[in-house]
Amino acid sequence: MITDPMEPAQTLLSARKVTKTFGSLKALDAIDLDVTRGEVLCIIGPSGSGKSTLLRCLNQIEHFDRGAIWIDGELVGYRQDGDTLYELDDRAVARQRLACGMVFQRFNLFNHMTALQNVMEGPVTVLKRPRQEVRKEALALLSRVGLSDKHNAYPAQLSGGQQQRVAIARALAMKPKLMLFDEPTSALDPELVGEVLTVMRDLAASGMTMIVVTHELTFAREVADRVIFMDRGWIVETGTPQQVLGEPSEQRTRDFIAAVLS
Amino acid sequence: MTPAAGAATPTMPDPTTYTIRSRRHYGRWLATALIVLALAGIVRAFALGQIEWPIVAQFLTAPAILFGLVNTVIMAIAAMALGISLGVLFAVMVMSPNPVLHYSAKGYIWFFRGTPLILQLLLWFNLALVFPTLGIPGLFDFRTVDVITPFMATLLGLGINQGAYTAEVVRAGILSVDQGQTEAAQSIGMTRPTIMRRIVLPQAMRVIIPPVGNEFISMVKLTSLASVIQFSEILRNAQTIYFANGRVIELLIVAAIWYIAVVSLMSFGQHFLERRFSRGQANRGRGQ
Repeated sequence: MITDPMEPAQTLLSARKVTKTFGSLKALDAIDLDVTRGEVLCIIGPSGSGKSTLLRCLNQIEHFDRGAIWIDGELVGYRQDGDTLYELDDRAVARQRLACGMVFQRFNLFNHMTALQNVMEGPVTVLKRPRQEVRKEALALLSRVGLSDKHNAYPAQLSGGQQQRVAIARALAMKPKLMLFDEPTSALDPELVGEVLTVMRDLAASGMTMIVVTHELTFAREVADRVIFMDRGWIVETGTPQQVLGEPSEQRTRDFIAAVLS
Repeated sequence: MTPAAGAATPTMPDPTTYTIRSRRHYGRWLATALIVLALAGIVRAFALGQIEWPIVAQFLTAPAILFGLVNTVIMAIAAMALGISLGVLFAVMVMSPNPVLHYSAKGYIWFFRGTPLILQLLLWFNLALVFPTLGIPGLFDFRTVDVITPFMATLLGLGINQGAYTAEVVRAGILSVDQGQTEAAQSIGMTRPTIMRRIVLPQAMRVIIPPVGNEFISMVKLTSLASVIQFSEILRNAQTIYFANGRVIELLIVAAIWYIAVVSLMSFGQHFLERRFSRGQANRGRGQ
């Protein structure tokens, strides 16, 4: 049997006509998007272009008004019966969110827990897995992000770069199928950006499917399989890093890249 | 070394050989002397005043006083437990998007904060005048005077009133926790109740505990209002004794000593609770 490269099982995420309005503002205007397993997708664009909103819709932190998203073949946020979509309850939504790990611009580590407790919280409280086993995995994850000596530190005792690496470990502890990064280095001091990007590079090399909203064009050029440029709720341009960042076909993309690089 | 600096140095004596004299704080000395004098005066006045100190000592551990003390402590704890439960419930209701839940919680807070506590106690105690029986029609009925004992009237009065204040404190605590904490908890698959229990409330505690500790201390003293509806707490029992033996001041001092003892113990406990819930905070409440 010949495997078709476009076979649906290869597609991890599909979004069709995803639309979201805040009052009169169209944050997302009928977005179509497909992400293949193992793909690293970088989304760039000016602030207010809808890129963070798109990411938050994928993980149901934000509600979208129209359209549909499937992750690993499962319809997100609704149960379909014929032509009717029934909104899922809190518990079912929480279960669906397990498919995605999310890393936030402002880290959002649980301030009352140590680094290790942050990483262990999900597997122990949500997945109800045995504490001893989870602890071993959490320690391994913390050493993978280069923080084995910091597992007893509280977030307030860590630098921004260290907090963001703990946040990545916390998301990975849930063994997600897909990692979402919402401007993970925008809140960091310039000298701390590198350590976070290094962890993300390793993660991409390990075969993790990643969607990264970022302003780090160098990272996008080196790591991304595909780059999307968004503006005003639209996907203006999509292609390989070489196409979108090297020789963009749209004027808006060229202006944005020039502005970021200047 | 520049020639200019080299030229200046020989003319300067070695500053490390100087003696340093501290400033005299005459104002502080004066204030200290005045306060010591005032304290000595107060102690002398009480020692020579018309107070029979042996009677204070004798009644400090009288059975009726200790019984009242136990009732005061039990009532303060029970009313506070009711107040905190109602407070959390109504705080969550006020923050609900459902307008009926929101406005009924607002109404509760409005009514119970708007009337004096002693009036509420009298209302509860006299509930039988409005509703001679309590129950669900056809299922069961009780005579109100049997249900609303002085204990029940005090518990309902103090607890429900406290709930109105604690609701606002809890709401402020929940609002003090960054929305990002909830989003992060959602992203690892937590349901709403779990997020509240594991992530939001533990962090809200840091803001909630100091005012609630304060209110708990007030509650110990507010139980004395229940003396007007015949609940035999410490002040009422002290009064009963002095109506019989005429030792008014001595028995009031006995009650005061016990109130101060209980409140001191609680302040001590509050300190430890605050430390417990400020884990992970750079500022643990003392500046540096």
